[in-house]
Amino acid sequence: MVQTPASPKSFRLGPVVIIAAVVGVAAIAFAYTAGWLSPQRLTPKKMVEALAPPGGPALGHRRNHAKGICFTGTFEANGDGSALSKAPVFARGQYPVVGRFNLGTADPNAADAMVRVRGIGIRITTPDGQEWRSAMIDAPIFPVSTPQGFYELLTASGSKDPDSMKKFIAAHPEFTTFLAWAKSAPWTGSYAEERYNSLNSFLFVDATGTTHPIRWSLVPAAQPVPVSPDELSKRGPDFLEQEITQRVSASPQRWSMEVIVANPGDPTADPNKAWPADRRTVEVGTLTVQQIEPERDGPCLNINFDPTVLPSGITTSDDPFPAARSAAYSRSYNSRTAEASYYPGTAAGAKQ
Amino acid sequence: MTTSRKRFTAPQRLLHWLMAICILSMLFIGVGMVSTITPKYLTLVQIHKPLGIAILVLALIRLLLRIFYGAPALPADLPEPIKLAANLSQYIFYALMIGMPLIGWGMLSAASYPVVLFGSVHLPSILPVRPSLHALLWHAHYYLAFAFFAFILMHVAAILFHKLIRNDGVFEAMAPVLSRNQPK
Repeated sequence: MVQTPASPKSFRLGPVVIIAAVVGVAAIAFAYTAGWLSPQRLTPKKMVEALAPPGGPALGHRRNHAKGICFTGTFEANGDGSALSKAPVFARGQYPVVGRFNLGTADPNAADAMVRVRGIGIRITTPDGQEWRSAMIDAPIFPVSTPQGFYELLTASGSKDPDSMKKFIAAHPEFTTFLAWAKSAPWTGSYAEERYNSLNSFLFVDATGTTHPIRWSLVPAAQPVPVSPDELSKRGPDFLEQEITQRVSASPQRWSMEVIVANPGDPTADPNKAWPADRRTVEVGTLTVQQIEPERDGPCLNINFDPTVLPSGITTSDDPFPAARSAAYSRSYNSRTAEASYYPGTAAGAKQ
Repeated sequence: MTTSRKRFTAPQRLLHWLMAICILSMLFIGVGMVSTITPKYLTLVQIHKPLGIAILVLALIRLLLRIFYGAPALPADLPEPIKLAANLSQYIFYALMIGMPLIGWGMLSAASYPVVLFGSVHLPSILPVRPSLHALLWHAHYYLAFAFFAFILMHVAAILFHKLIRNDGVFEAMAPVLSRNQPK
């Protein structure tokens, strides 16, 4: 570097080059971090865009599981979960729940009988202000093993290439296990008769700091009654919402929350792989759905059921999905809140 | 708010450089986390929130120190437009250092997210849950982050201009070295 005190009048190229280089390198590093130089990177934007139907997303709605109905209720912990997790939600007691029954579709106007996957989102709040959010579905396994695989599934199913699904299945043979479930599992006529599964594995952290890889399920108290898809399609496009509204107003509906503890070596990183049926199962409490409310202006409308909103005592595991879901759900939430005026009949929409 | 000192006080310089590291990290974490769906996403988000609150606290301390100790005067021979830009940039940086964490906190509040710092430690909600409010704050947070980074690049270019081209003592006023031969 030039040490002689320079006259400000004389122009020197060296310092200008240094300044340009410093600023340029910093800007390039920033652009690289932002992914602008890596078009191959699977971004939340790409994932969410791949969920959209051919005509584009339904503005103002969740980008997936777009059709749903809100509920409120309670989670009553029986205390047995405390041996596995120090989260206050497992201490014996009753905690308020806001939730949402939903269909696994990007179309908020889909006919209920046309959608194979049904889901539930719940948010349990404990008095210390901590929250546990979870979004579960009725399938016993996830269609694919990795977030990249899910993106490829979305791309293939939206593709015009007639062989796209064949190619996808060749690359992701694990999808056939899911297809077998989709084809053979009985349908029911009620959200209340479904078992909902976390599918993703998480870690429970107990009071000594020991971690336990687990999954959980909500097991319905109601007896599932199989109904054929043909019969369901005669019940009207919103029969699930009408049925659950009537059913809950007649009497609260209950699910037992079961925590399944992995054995060493169980596939915790792959939600496409079920764990053997003999795994230790701990019933930790009961979800009671007390009141159904329409999603429009309902208590669940503005909640993102991000599965990584967890209390201290539950953390993510080596399963890559919760992170991917969180990133994509956040993107979906940011989009739909910016489009709130498109959501039919909300206060925000009415003001526009 | 100028002082006869030629340099910022040691606590002010310490805060400047500490915050420079925090804020640059924060901007890279922010732009990186929204571009990935890998497990890095969660790690980055978990750093982003407490680091943002740390920057807010440091910025408020720094503002108090600035009010109390003031800042060394700019060189008398500096052209007026550059002086104006230098002074304006100070206001912009303070507004961003204090505003960005508050916008982020408000944005999470308006979206009904818990603002978890670490473990069970979380901050209260500071705004009502409202989609339009969330959308406004989210856009502000997003675009101001790019503006913040652009201002930092200009700041770096300007200080190198002072050091390498004018060599007028402006860089030394905030330089991280401890005071050997400190001009009084």
